[in-house]
Amino acid sequence: METLLTVFFNVEIMKKVWPFLLQGLGMTVVLSLVVIPLGLAGGLGIAILSSLQRRWLNRVLIVYVDFFRAFPPLVLLIFIYFGFPFLQIDLPKFAAVALGFFLNTSSYFGEIFRAGFESIPRGQLEAARSTGLTRWQALVSVVIPQATRNVLPDLISNTLEVIKLTSLASVVALPELLNNARQAQALTYNATPVVLAALMYLLLLWPIVRLLSRLEHKSIALH
Amino acid sequence: MNPVVNVPPTMSTLDRFLFSFFNPDIAGRYWKAIAEGFVTTTWLGVTVIITGLVVGLALAVARAQHVKPLNFCIIVFADVFRALPPLVIIIILFFAFPYIEMAMSAFTATWLSLSLVLAAFAEEIFWAGILAVPKGQWEAARSTGMSRLETLQHVVLPQAVRMTVPPLTNRVMAITKGTALGSVVALHEILNVSSSASSESGNATPLLVGACAYLILFIPFVWFGRWIETRFAWKR
Repeated sequence: METLLTVFFNVEIMKKVWPFLLQGLGMTVVLSLVVIPLGLAGGLGIAILSSLQRRWLNRVLIVYVDFFRAFPPLVLLIFIYFGFPFLQIDLPKFAAVALGFFLNTSSYFGEIFRAGFESIPRGQLEAARSTGLTRWQALVSVVIPQATRNVLPDLISNTLEVIKLTSLASVVALPELLNNARQAQALTYNATPVVLAALMYLLLLWPIVRLLSRLEHKSIALH
Repeated sequence: MNPVVNVPPTMSTLDRFLFSFFNPDIAGRYWKAIAEGFVTTTWLGVTVIITGLVVGLALAVARAQHVKPLNFCIIVFADVFRALPPLVIIIILFFAFPYIEMAMSAFTATWLSLSLVLAAFAEEIFWAGILAVPKGQWEAARSTGMSRLETLQHVVLPQAVRMTVPPLTNRVMAITKGTALGSVVALHEILNVSSSASSESGNATPLLVGACAYLILFIPFVWFGRWIETRFAWKR
């Protein structure tokens, strides 16, 4: 029990590594704030393009979405990070991470928004058009708001996954929370920093998990 | 830690590209190792799916017994393992547990953490399915003289599981792709083998072979998910 405390919950070490982990947490938040809006925008773009119902365009979109959903995100990240130098493109670390996550995240968000769009009866778009709204106006003020509401639990669930995904950036040594925790662990020969990082992730993400459970049970109660 | 790029300097751009990404010599040298990685990834994936689903279902069934302290524990378990990034769990199991004399292999650490995560998500999904079966069905089955467990087994679960197929398929796929995380603790699965082959040879071909291996493994999964979604779609 005592070793457990000194190795996993060592207060001295916690005090020492706290600022370093907070720095990492800052990077995790910044990365999330870049990747989530990009992914949402990309996904919405995919859904809007596929609502145009052009046959060849839909094929291209499905190939894109299936392709990037088939790859584990870490594979995309490693491929971009280690593969691009062979193309003689020098991509900064943050950009490589953001690009890898964008390809993955936009496909997932794309599928979610597409399901949302499909949940809105076609008649709504036709009715909106007949009042004189342009296609774009009808999309923005009639279809998108309702579609978003219908798939809100899925959107939040995927957002949670994206925040968890940012921990993969530690593999290419981007100084986010997990990366800093592992460095601190190596320097102190103690597991406390990693445990502390886990607690920080828990604190950050637990409210989202709770919210999700509520939304999901609510949506089932409506059936 | 930028990778070493091993390309003869006199080549033209197209030749350099072909040499680095589609190099038959390099592919020939490493395909066997990558094939072994493929077997490890597949085996890891299968064990994770089985363990995660079985534990998840067991927890959901236990939760349906409505024992308050037990349910509290199940909810805490499900919340914690849905909130923590899988990579964090792998790293704690592999790098932190040896400090308390509980060292485990890279395979065990990856299998255990992904199974725990899948169990947590599966429990929530199965539980949502159980709740979605109308209360009247419970009461009707009980009034015929069935016990709680019999009702669950013969009446509620068959309907609940059917409803959970689409969300479960998506979740299983997302978590199975997490097998690539094993590369971080040097498990010799596809990603680990192909990226170390790539840095050993100074050539990107092994990465491309690895990527193809992932496509072979997961594209059928993606298609299966699409098919399931049209077959079983949740009624919104």
